[in-house]
Amino acid sequence: MQVFKLSQAELDSMIRHFGSLGMVYTPAAGKQPSARTDCAPGWQPADGAPLALATGPSATSVKTFFFPQPETMQTFSVKNNYPDRGLLREPETLTEKQIVVGLRPCDARSVLLNNLPYREDPYYQANMARTVLVGFTCDAMCSTCFCDRMGGSPMATEGLDIAVSRLDHGFAAEILTARGEELLAGLKLTPAGISELDELAGRRQAAPQADAAGLDALKERDLNRLYEAPLWQQLGESCINCGACTFVCPTCYCFDVQDEVVRGTGRRIRYWDSCMFPLYSLHTSGHNPRGQKMQRTRNRFMHKLKYFPDRFGPFSCVGCGRCVKDCPVNIDIREVMGDLLTVE
Amino acid sequence: MISYLPYPVRIDDIVVETEDGNLKTFKLVFEDEAQKLAWRHVPGQFAMLSVAGQGEIPIGIASSPTEPDHLLFTVSRAGKVTTALHQMHAGERMGVRGPLGNGFPITTDMKGKNIVIIAGGFAVTTLRATLIYLLAHRQDYGTITFIYGARTPGMLLYREELKQWAERSDVDLHVTIDREAPGWDGLVGFVPTIAGQVAPSPDNSVALICGPPIMIKFTMPPLEKIGWTNDQVYLSLENRMKCGQGVCCHCNVGPKLVCKDGPVFTRTQVNKLPVEY
Amino acid sequence: MPTINEQLTEEIRVQARKLLADKTVAAVIGYTAGSLPMTVKPAVIRAADDCGRLVWNSFCVLNLANYLPEVLKSVEPPRGPRDPKPTGPLPKVAVMATGCWSRNIVVQIQEHQVERERVVVMAIGSRGMVSRRKVEAHFSGREILAVTELDHELVVKGADFTETVNRWSMVRDNCQTCTHPDPVLVDVRIGAPAADRKNPNPFKQVEMIEARSTDERWAWFSAEFSSCIRCYACRNACPLCYCPTCFVDDARPQWVGKSLDATDTGLFHVLRAYHCAGRCTDCGACESVCPMGINMRMLTKKLNKDVLNLYGIEAGMQPDTPLPLTTYKPDDPQQFIVNEPGSAKEGA
Repeated sequence: MQVFKLSQAELDSMIRHFGSLGMVYTPAAGKQPSARTDCAPGWQPADGAPLALATGPSATSVKTFFFPQPETMQTFSVKNNYPDRGLLREPETLTEKQIVVGLRPCDARSVLLNNLPYREDPYYQANMARTVLVGFTCDAMCSTCFCDRMGGSPMATEGLDIAVSRLDHGFAAEILTARGEELLAGLKLTPAGISELDELAGRRQAAPQADAAGLDALKERDLNRLYEAPLWQQLGESCINCGACTFVCPTCYCFDVQDEVVRGTGRRIRYWDSCMFPLYSLHTSGHNPRGQKMQRTRNRFMHKLKYFPDRFGPFSCVGCGRCVKDCPVNIDIREVMGDLLTVE
Repeated sequence: MISYLPYPVRIDDIVVETEDGNLKTFKLVFEDEAQKLAWRHVPGQFAMLSVAGQGEIPIGIASSPTEPDHLLFTVSRAGKVTTALHQMHAGERMGVRGPLGNGFPITTDMKGKNIVIIAGGFAVTTLRATLIYLLAHRQDYGTITFIYGARTPGMLLYREELKQWAERSDVDLHVTIDREAPGWDGLVGFVPTIAGQVAPSPDNSVALICGPPIMIKFTMPPLEKIGWTNDQVYLSLENRMKCGQGVCCHCNVGPKLVCKDGPVFTRTQVNKLPVEY
Repeated sequence: MPTINEQLTEEIRVQARKLLADKTVAAVIGYTAGSLPMTVKPAVIRAADDCGRLVWNSFCVLNLANYLPEVLKSVEPPRGPRDPKPTGPLPKVAVMATGCWSRNIVVQIQEHQVERERVVVMAIGSRGMVSRRKVEAHFSGREILAVTELDHELVVKGADFTETVNRWSMVRDNCQTCTHPDPVLVDVRIGAPAADRKNPNPFKQVEMIEARSTDERWAWFSAEFSSCIRCYACRNACPLCYCPTCFVDDARPQWVGKSLDATDTGLFHVLRAYHCAGRCTDCGACESVCPMGINMRMLTKKLNKDVLNLYGIEAGMQPDTPLPLTTYKPDDPQQFIVNEPGSAKEGA
């Protein structure tokens, strides 16, 4: 693995250089509208201006690049007398390189977690193949951040192709994958010296370490006991069942499928869905297995903290804290986890 | 890699099954011979039926793997896609994606056992597939008891086949309707009552029960009374589905995904799950 | 000397405890302390002993009327879908209400979602709720770890700063332009009534957009709603949105596409706003809960202006007047069909 040292100017010119290799996206600063309004609210094409990241994760998660809203699954025509009428075809596989700059370690880890259910999914894999992640480690955590409690760390590099870390003077860029290396091909960069490497190692050591052990007890808890916990009633009563938590969450990956037809030409798309919505589980008969708000609130947390780990191992949460920040009624997953650990 | 692309199929024939016209059986043939040859399913599995421009819906496969020339799906008209399907004609193109789910344990738990099949209403579809399969491999199984009930004689599915099965000596067939009806000289009574009267022996037996939840609920006590255990009883669950392949999460019943872990579960397994179906 | 909010909190606790203890109500809808600075958690309190959890401050931005129909249903004796409604009085529910929330309760009563005799309004004159976004924007990027509220100041603390800001300057736009801060329904009075505010131009922001050219307005609309992620927090936070199936969820027919197509997103917001016309009290809940910070309130505010100009009605202020857009009158204004040049109400 190579590590380079960069000044702010070199960092900015490196990002500008990426522009010649593919589409480059950075977190949108403030309320600047995105140019790619079809699929990436909260992100904007890099405009060459120096990158200034706020502390903590970007407003919306990186999942939009792997699991776009919407994704075309098939195309078709329903024009009369058209010989291929009603025939569904795979769309062309997207290969255009997209380089995402400025994501945080929590989001990088979410890409790997979502890859567990999506390991065999052709569209997710196609997006994995064309996306290069240039992440920035965190030299500070927000009060809503809890990546360390979920098995991540603010200085982690897992899931990234290039990890940029702040040093006392300038930055260190760790090249973690061959794809990361490709991005830098042809660039004249200064390898980090011993003092920079020491500083980086020191910072990494001083950062909060990954520790999910405190929560692992949850995985061992009896499903029925968690399911019947009294806290769900109270949470369900406060919850307004909007999809804010699920849509800002990097590890919520449910989708709905729908056909759209415009003047005889159609596409089958998938797009983000939320288990918070009553429609999510509604049968055509009118019966709804999770017809009550409380049941839906419970399902989301149970999925993240019990069902997903039972199936795949890790919790389906990276501790980015977006849901904590954005929940209209202040439902705080950290409190929920605490309550679940102690509930009898 | 999983695929979300349906196979193109043609509607070869449509049979209106019931007197209310709400249930039709679609006989589908593959457009592509290679896809037809590659298709393998077991009874109890389902597939996503696809109508371009309308969407996809999960429907149990009503044909047996021993009927390789076509696929059968009996579809109740209920929502957007099924309504569109009901308006289609023979010769038109649609899509099939599958087979999906686990199916009944025909080559494992059921092999060498006496088989008791209990069906209510149009949940009989995948059990028809099962019975056809069992009859084609008759020597692999013990006695076969088939109990099937519908509201009225006109609501019974597969009426021609029921007549054929009734004539066979190697199937113990009991067809019942809820209330007396003119012209009906068969059994009258709800499925749980008939199951109690037939009282199939639990020895070396497996039961497959499909029907409305209320029917399943009341069918169990008479069976339990004569010694049936939950491990011997297989049920098939239904939930709203989108991907059918364990990705989109829609159909979860607690920790289980109906599309991937099911739809077939033993009653012991179902009893451990939250009631989210 | 306790602050105004500390006094209100104490009064709320005392009154709520009394209502629950003497069984006047079966539940109280209020706010409890939040886990982050500038947040509170709505909660339904059902036991007198639990009332000590209730709080009141300037961060109560969600409209509690939103919970009312559901909580009323939850305190009724359980019955099957076909069982008749029980005879005799049903249990009551108490709810905190400021001016706008109480007007929403009036609308809920007018629309038969809520029965007046089952609601105990704990009326609080609003001093205006603070916008978390405004405070965060003021400290641009510096994380806020604690906010202490004084009567007229907010003391904002971060890791390496403590700064005092004027409270009113951080109050939400809808509260700053509010003219009816005092509840129109009062069953239990909490604190002192708030006098109506004279606001020379409550629609100033709307008029700034109206003054632009069509192209400029379209540019504003496109940009404003481009970051929508379709989470429907605005819809779900709104006490007016109680349809069993929302038009965006309907599959037969499907009115709106479900992905982030700009046309679909725009249509959702425009239709949502129109569904609120004549019913919206500008409580600002939609805007406050939006995770993307979209000012969708500009749409409803514009319609509030039109309804006021066309019908002379402000939602929830005239309980005995039928809702303007669900009532036909032969002399209803109809410029929206034919825009008569020179008409007195042109441009509405």
